[in-house]
Amino acid sequence: MNIEKLLAIDKFLVDDEAKHITLQKEICTSCQLKPCRFACPAGLYTLKDGEITFDPAGCLECGTCRVICPQKGAINWQYPRGGFGIIYRYG
Amino acid sequence: MADDKFTAIIIGAGPAGSAAAYLLAREGLDVLLIERGETPGCKNMFGGRMYSHALNRIIPEFWKEAPVERPVVQESITFMTGDRSVSLNCQDENWAQPPYHSFTLLRAEFDAWLAGKAEEAGAMLACGIRVDDVLMDEGRVVGVRAGEDELLADVVIAADGANSLITEKAGLRKELAPRQVATGVKQVIELPPEVISQRFQLEGNNGAARLFVGACTRGMGGGGFLYTNKSSLSLGLVVNAAELQRNQHKISELIEDFKAHPLIAPLIDGGQVVEYSAHLVPEAGWNMMPRLFGDGILVVGDAAGFVLNLGYLVRGMDLAIASGEAAARTVMEAKARGDFSHQALGIYQEFLRESSVLQDMEFYRQAPGFLESRRLYEVYPQVATSLVAKMFTVEGAPPVHLIGRIMNQIKESPVGLTQLAVDAWKGGRAL
Repeated sequence: MNIEKLLAIDKFLVDDEAKHITLQKEICTSCQLKPCRFACPAGLYTLKDGEITFDPAGCLECGTCRVICPQKGAINWQYPRGGFGIIYRYG
Repeated sequence: MADDKFTAIIIGAGPAGSAAAYLLAREGLDVLLIERGETPGCKNMFGGRMYSHALNRIIPEFWKEAPVERPVVQESITFMTGDRSVSLNCQDENWAQPPYHSFTLLRAEFDAWLAGKAEEAGAMLACGIRVDDVLMDEGRVVGVRAGEDELLADVVIAADGANSLITEKAGLRKELAPRQVATGVKQVIELPPEVISQRFQLEGNNGAARLFVGACTRGMGGGGFLYTNKSSLSLGLVVNAAELQRNQHKISELIEDFKAHPLIAPLIDGGQVVEYSAHLVPEAGWNMMPRLFGDGILVVGDAAGFVLNLGYLVRGMDLAIASGEAAARTVMEAKARGDFSHQALGIYQEFLRESSVLQDMEFYRQAPGFLESRRLYEVYPQVATSLVAKMFTVEGAPPVHLIGRIMNQIKESPVGLTQLAVDAWKGGRAL
């Protein structure tokens, strides 16, 4: 199963008004490794035209990107607003 | 003023937070338990098994009412390469008798139950609320801020999990370093209960716990796990975050490869994946613990780094619950004295030692360092599986005694006898 199929099984309440993770793209541009592309277990960091983009919709809120990002200040990370985000039915 | 001030505000209705809330509410204290999920447990995941002792002390015979899955009677650890494996198995029927040694469980249901116990005991449970920060007054924590709301308390208990933003905001811990944590992913795979019992050779509702080391993480520090629930399997991988930062492996693909491995594929055959989840695991043990208390604040569970990974055994929930209990005892003591200062809350450490949380963390303080060695995941699974495979192979070649086989195997491997002896000695002392 690819990651899109896996995430499609999960239940989310997506917050359309507020993004809980935002990027400082000028910092990301200067980042050589961009390990977020590989480390995110939901595969939400992708390279488009040389620029990193993040899609908050399938976020599992694990915090891996926040921890492995080598560039201080590149990722502004918060949990989603109360009630929003991933809803585990098993856990 | 006293009317709208809680004795304790607990951030996070996981096992640590709910255990603390339950005990404090049972003693009649004003407790507010705040959970960011719409229901307790809906943000939480773990590998799959809780050791019973800590919860049994707080809620005797909890298994009669708690939503647990199967008591684990069968343990195994497997060294694996792409095409070979060697396992150590252990079955103990006593683990299937009260007081059941450990249970597999699923957190959405279990955490909701435990938070419900706290609520029943009189705690106020507020779900769907994200705590944004602690409120400070002259250097001491006096409450929490959630959006526009400011809520006051004598003491705040940070039970907000491995990725605890609260301990950072309260100045008790620096940002996490990649090597201090691991990323865990899990798939819950549904199968009929009798199929699970047959495939794992389990009697009735008994359960199995299996750990895997080697090819499943491509030699990266970490491992695989498989737990049997009543009508599902919890299958997953844990990989150190520094390894994920360095290596360009996608963990969501590694888990698919793991599912296709000949060891795993027949066990999950015909099963339906019903959930994919991910979470951080505190891995650095004693060496990553934040300051456990400050003026008006205590830290419990994963937020405090209370996880023990010994490679062959992983503990988290029992330590979380025991730390929640120690925090509750601390708050009762502080309440009786009317003093919630850093000095008064220092007794938390003594209570943590009494319940053996801190002793265990300190005792195994060398384990995380030892488990960082790549040889454990790359070389030794190769050596062990080749050696044992040869032991069981008959092909008409000249005979070799066991000692000769062992020496040959070590000679062929990238580590010498000295390195092996040093690792064995270090491992024996660290784990």
